[in-house]
Amino acid sequence: MKLLKFKGGVHPHDHKELSKSSQIMPVPAPEFVYVPLSQHTGAPSKPIVEKKAQVKKGTRLSEPVGFVSVPVHSPVSGTVMGIVPYYHPLGKKMDAIKIKVEGDEIEDGIGEERDYSNMKKEEMIEAIKMAGIVGLGGAAFPTHVKLSPPPDKPIDTVIINGAECEPYLTSDYRLMLERPDDIIKGTEIIRRILNPKRVVIGIEDNKPDAIQILREKVDGTGIEVVSLPARYPQGSEKQLIYAITGRKVPAGGLPFDVGCYVQNVGTAIAIYEALRFGKPLYERVVTITGGVNKPGNFLVPIGTPASHVIEQAGGVKGEVGKIIFGGPMMGLAQITDAVPVIKGTSGILIQLKNEVHIEDVYPCIRCSSCVDVCPMGLMPNMMEMLINAGKYEMAEKMGLMFCIECGCCSYVCPSKRPLVHTFKMGKREVLKRRKK
Amino acid sequence: MILISILVLGGLGLVFGLFLTFSAKKFHVERDPRIEKILEVLPMANCGGCGAPGCEPFAEGVVAGKYPVNGCVVGGQEVADKIAAILGVEAAAVVPKVAVVQCLGDRETAKRFAEYTGIKTCKALDLIGGDKGCVYGCLGLGDCVEACLFDAMYMGENGLPVVIEDKCTGCGECVRACPRGIMALVPKDAPIYLGCVSPERGKDVSDVCSRGCIGCSLCARVVPEGNITMEGYLPVIHYENVKNPEDLKPAVERCPTKTFVVRNLENVNV
Repeated sequence: MKLLKFKGGVHPHDHKELSKSSQIMPVPAPEFVYVPLSQHTGAPSKPIVEKKAQVKKGTRLSEPVGFVSVPVHSPVSGTVMGIVPYYHPLGKKMDAIKIKVEGDEIEDGIGEERDYSNMKKEEMIEAIKMAGIVGLGGAAFPTHVKLSPPPDKPIDTVIINGAECEPYLTSDYRLMLERPDDIIKGTEIIRRILNPKRVVIGIEDNKPDAIQILREKVDGTGIEVVSLPARYPQGSEKQLIYAITGRKVPAGGLPFDVGCYVQNVGTAIAIYEALRFGKPLYERVVTITGGVNKPGNFLVPIGTPASHVIEQAGGVKGEVGKIIFGGPMMGLAQITDAVPVIKGTSGILIQLKNEVHIEDVYPCIRCSSCVDVCPMGLMPNMMEMLINAGKYEMAEKMGLMFCIECGCCSYVCPSKRPLVHTFKMGKREVLKRRKK
Repeated sequence: MILISILVLGGLGLVFGLFLTFSAKKFHVERDPRIEKILEVLPMANCGGCGAPGCEPFAEGVVAGKYPVNGCVVGGQEVADKIAAILGVEAAAVVPKVAVVQCLGDRETAKRFAEYTGIKTCKALDLIGGDKGCVYGCLGLGDCVEACLFDAMYMGENGLPVVIEDKCTGCGECVRACPRGIMALVPKDAPIYLGCVSPERGKDVSDVCSRGCIGCSLCARVVPEGNITMEGYLPVIHYENVKNPEDLKPAVERCPTKTFVVRNLENVNV
């Protein structure tokens, strides 16, 4: 058997034992939720509710603007307090719908079982779009866009991503253990829409129980479950495609360029729930871990401030050093715990003050460790030098825009250089110049 | 022996000399002599404040009518007059401008939520939203100071940049360098300017900064109409409508958060 491996990557300690064995627990709604209008890649949605409007769980709050956009839904029942600029995990303040929570009513029709076996392909894609479903792995790319590949690029392989290579996070793992049937049903829907030759569920081999459960469940459905070597970033789209199919997504291309479609296990469940129960995406599983008293996996209403969720996890064990949305490799450090959970938030990691290392940065010693581990085959050392010198065009020629910001280079750098941060800065500068 | 070398080198010199003379005449490019003359009067700082990439493109542009005669912000009225004389036109009056820092959120007045230990530039800090509670305020890492071509800025001890007005030419390099739009150009004789850019509601601003504008609109009501208008939660001073700088005094004196910064106005009780 050939080894399912990609080039580069690192092997950080996964720390998943903290939250691995805790069941997914629903989080009661907080006093206020802040639902940002932009929670996905693409144009922010346009609000359709007014101040003082009464909303229920699942009420649509906005409508998509353009094709690459999805609506947001109310995660709670209550009164709309207005549209206010509010903290967003991306660092800026963005427009969010503030809702005061009252009661626990649910929008009519949500939860009723319905038959989707006669639905047409287009109807299913439209239903998925209006349910506000985006990729739940982290990038939050609208799912309906991925499900509508251009006609000249047929999809022959569907990959369901259960790799979850990011250290600390266990939300996908728990979903695979607790709801394997729903994952398979969601996968079947994707299969019906795209009609591929091969359907694969890829799981890293550090989750043997998840592999075993799904192997039992897929019996007779024609879906394969493959075990992938645990190596970061195995769960990254392009690396996963290469490991499973041996195909390389061309530079700047998308998975459909090589006939592949990659979707997170959580998204598969969301697709199933949207079609079967008419349930829009208004809550998601989030791993709260690190320096909290009761690390675990929680079903959190979208828009819940992090402080409320952290409280549910037993509060912080000591003095907070860092609050990271996402995992330690790719996550974004936040300036306040008022930041709300959004569709792309797979975990919240609390690092205590004594766990945060503030290292001195030394000059690059040209050891090329970063070049060895870059899964995209880039040269982080050169790109950093060029960005610091203000030569953004040259950095772009070196492939800056293909950087997936996985953090492997920063992880191995013996001089502790902030490489990924520099690349993010450089990317923003390049985009700014393109606009001009 | 010596003679041969002299002859060979002299001959080569003569041949190349003739060739160069011939090509200079043959391929002569007609260039407006006024461009050279304008270049002589320009400050040659290549700051880009006029909008052109440098002084030479600006000179060419002025002759071609692409840039206004008074376009050189560094040279001011003096250079504008000289260029006008060269071109034989009348120069419009130059409004000299100066850069101002539109933020008063220093270490004492603005709340800091986090401690930042990463790359020490504003551009990098802005990526993660800054370390202040106010996500619109000055980041305090001095990208503007770095960008200033005329040594007219330095980082103050309170964490905010300071403009040395005598040295500032109003080229706008700092305005372009700031990722948050804190730096702005105002007329050099502007009596006051607003020290806040946060577009948020009063409470959200006062939660994170004691000097931030809370958008109470009192200033717009106590000055002659049209001098200050409200845009969202921020007042905008219309310098062109201000007939007497003294008119703006009540706005400064009655501002509850003291967000206006006084430049050229005497006897103000703040």
